[in-house]
Formats: sequence, structure tokens, C-alpha cells
Amino acid sequence: MLGKSITFTSGKGGVGKTTATANIGTALATLGKKVVCIDADIGLRNLDVVLGLENRIVYDLVDVVEGRCRLRQAMIRHKRLPELFLIPAAQTRDKTAVSPSDMVRVCDKLRDEHDFILIDSPAGIERGFRNAIAPADEVVIITNPEISAVRDADRIIGLVEAEEKETPTLIINRLNTSMVQRGDMIAAEDVLELLAIKLIGVVPEDESVLVSTNRGSPIALEEKSKAGQAFRNIASRLTGEDVPFLELDGDSGFLGRISKIIRSGGA
Amino acid sequence: MPSKVQIKGIREGLLVTLGEGDWPEINHALMEEIENQADFLAGAKLILDVENHILNAATLGKLRDTLSGKGLSLWAVLSNSPTTEQTAQTLGLATRIHQPHPDEEKRPTDTPISGDEALLIRRTLRSGHRVEHHGHMTVIGDVNPGAEIIARGDIVVWGCLRGMAHAGAEGDEDAVVCALDLSPTQLRIAGQIAVPPDERGERLPEIALIKDGMVVAESWKPIGS
Repeated sequence: MLGKSITFTSGKGGVGKTTATANIGTALATLGKKVVCIDADIGLRNLDVVLGLENRIVYDLVDVVEGRCRLRQAMIRHKRLPELFLIPAAQTRDKTAVSPSDMVRVCDKLRDEHDFILIDSPAGIERGFRNAIAPADEVVIITNPEISAVRDADRIIGLVEAEEKETPTLIINRLNTSMVQRGDMIAAEDVLELLAIKLIGVVPEDESVLVSTNRGSPIALEEKSKAGQAFRNIASRLTGEDVPFLELDGDSGFLGRISKIIRSGGA
Repeated sequence: MPSKVQIKGIREGLLVTLGEGDWPEINHALMEEIENQADFLAGAKLILDVENHILNAATLGKLRDTLSGKGLSLWAVLSNSPTTEQTAQTLGLATRIHQPHPDEEKRPTDTPISGDEALLIRRTLRSGHRVEHHGHMTVIGDVNPGAEIIARGDIVVWGCLRGMAHAGAEGDEDAVVCALDLSPTQLRIAGQIAVPPDERGERLPEIALIKDGMVVAESWKPIGS
């Protein structure tokens, strides 16, 4: 087995990288895939909290890199999904504790026994970001339908391309359909027009995401949630399945139009 | 034989000049020099003059990471190769320091631009990209907000211009900027700076030029129609 490494990044903070990593990881594990999530946000770790594994941390990524433990010892198994693991970040260190080549080495070791290695990137474009994208086979950009987030996403796409990686794909997170209809929020099409990369998911704004994040139980496990469904669909798409885009409330036409744009773009 | 790596202190940091030779060899010599002078170099800001070496993004990125692993920060790369300069720029490194690069002085600055001195860019320029050219510039693709294109001559964007464009950057008031969709964040022609109005109607090809000392945009019509 040769697992695929996917890095979730955004440039701007607070757009939902950690939430997306946790939920997509959970959804992939539910599909029966072997998944490891790595928190690359050293010094500001969060992925453990969102996955509800905070109190189980003994060793972390920096311990692995500095040889204080074996890789296996730093991998925390999820409470409900036996095929989902987390390698947490160190909280008491900073980004310089790990180098891009360390990340490549850790991921290469994980590839043999796992289908997916998901890396949660820190915000920014400095060392932490470079650590996170160095081992990536695929980069997924998370953005919100908000000008500043889209600007940063554009910058990140340029930086990923400069590293001679494949063109990244896009997730638009926290789209509020009724605000788009009122003209108070940028539509998904406009985000796509500017960024011009392949869209792999649109996640609707949903208050219950916050609740589930605080509880440490990813929304992807909740059958009825639309946001959860969106994350599950993204996971299926990452496995190569062709899943139609969700019809979000009220506006039946617009996501259909997005998928048309993608097809005509040849992506 | 001159040494492969020369290090000297300048106002902006430490200027490291790399000599001729195969890249692996030079790279090795550089690392050795850094090991030898570890105490002197600790925490330094490096300006790397790679002269004629052509470095791709992977090599340059790796070098930057190796250096930062040794506690050195690489902030600028000087190069005689435009390719390497552009690679350095996309990686977020400076390619000019305050002190002019020796070669810069040799560049002709007052010769008229002939029609064939143009740079063609066939990709979308994203936020953070900056392209400067001493002739005309044509972009086939979009120029996104946060990207900057600067030309001594005219600028043509076969796509949507949403970023900053500066035509006639060295004072040519006859320079023009045209785009299929002219919606720049800011437009500069020679010494004039213009900010387009917020509300725009239909997206039509437009041309911006200086008329009576002001930058104006007109819809583009084929000559003679």
C-alpha cells in the first residue's frame, strides 16, 4: 500500500483547516480507509481537541522527529474509529522544531501502512506552512466566501505552484446560501472565477459544527447534518469517487452551475 | 584559484558570492564554509549572489530550508538569470538589495524600446507575484488582486486585470494598459496613479492612457471602426 498525503492549508487563519482535516479524516475512516492526521501547527495545536483526543497525548510530532519515541508511540487511536490516528503537534515548542525534510521522512514511513495521511497546516506562509506542504502529494486549499480569505488563498496557490507541486484543489467552507441570495456574501462561482482551480467541495455554514468541535466529536459522524454530509462527500471525492455536489437550501440552480463551470474548465 | 564561496559583511547583512562550477560542488563548498564559520555566522541574514547559476524552485527552496535549519535566514537572492530571479521572487525572497547589483548599472536605461522587446507571460499571476520588465509586457491569463506587473513600455492583459499594473514605469507618458477586463486595484502610467471607480458596468475590453495629464479608460475599439 502506498498512502497518499494531503495537506490542508489556507494562508488566512480561522477558515476551518483544522475542522476540515478532522472531519475529512473521520469521514475517510468511516469509509474503511486507514487514516493518519498530522497536526503541523506546532505551538498552537488544535486538531487533538477537535478530534476529542486531547487527554490522550503522551508523545508528539517533535518527540518523533527528535528521536524521543518511535513513530508508533506518537500515534493516538481515535476512540470510535480504530483506523483513524492522530499525530499531535508539540504545544511547548515552535515551528522551527521541525524541518520540511523531517516531515517528508515521517510521511514516507506512514505511507506503507495507511491509505491517507492528512496534514493540518498552520496559517501563514512561513516555516510552518513550508513544513506542512513539503510532504504533500496533493494540496487542498480551504477558503471562506470572504474577500480576505480568497486573497490569501490566491497567494497560497501561487506559493504551492512555485514549489513545483500539482495545482491545488479547493474547498469553500462556511457558505451561507441565504446571505449569497441577498447579495451579502460572495457566491461560490465568484470565488472560483478568481482562483480558477478545481473545486472539491462546498461546506454550508452550520452552527452545529461549532458545537461538535467544542465537544470533540466531528460533525462528519452526524448523519443528518448538511455540513457533515458535505465533508463526507469531499472524503468520497478524495477516494476518486464521482459524487454530485450538494444542493444547498433554497437555491437549486447555483451549485449545478458550479459543476458546469468545472466541467467546461476541463478540470 | 579564487575560493568558491566568498562572504562579506554589508549593511543589509552578509553577502555570500558563489563562484563558477557545478551546483552540487558549490553547494557543498557553501555548507562547508558555513560549518567553519558557524560562530561568526550565527543568526545572520544572508544575501546570496548566485551569479550565473540557474536554480529551480526545489533547489532554492531546499537551500533556504537547510540554511534556516542552521539558524541562518536567507532573505535575498541576486542572480544574473531572470529565471532564477523569478523563482526567488515566487518563493518570497528579495532579488534586489539597497546596494545596486553590479550588473544593474550596465543595463541600458535611456535607449528607446523597440517593438520586439516584450515579455510574454502565459499564466495567471496570483497574489504575491511581481513581474518587472524593461520592455513591453503581455500576459495571457489573469492578473489577480495582490499581483503587480511593472513595465517600462505598454501592458496588455489578455484576461482580467484585477491587480496593480504600472506601464511606462520609467516615465513614458505614452504608455498604455489594455485588458479584456480592466478592473485593477490600482493603475499607474508613468508618474500618474489612478484608482478605478467601484461600480463598473459590463465587462468590456478597455484601454487606459494618459489624456490631458489624467489617466482615463476608454472602451477598446479596433482602429478605423
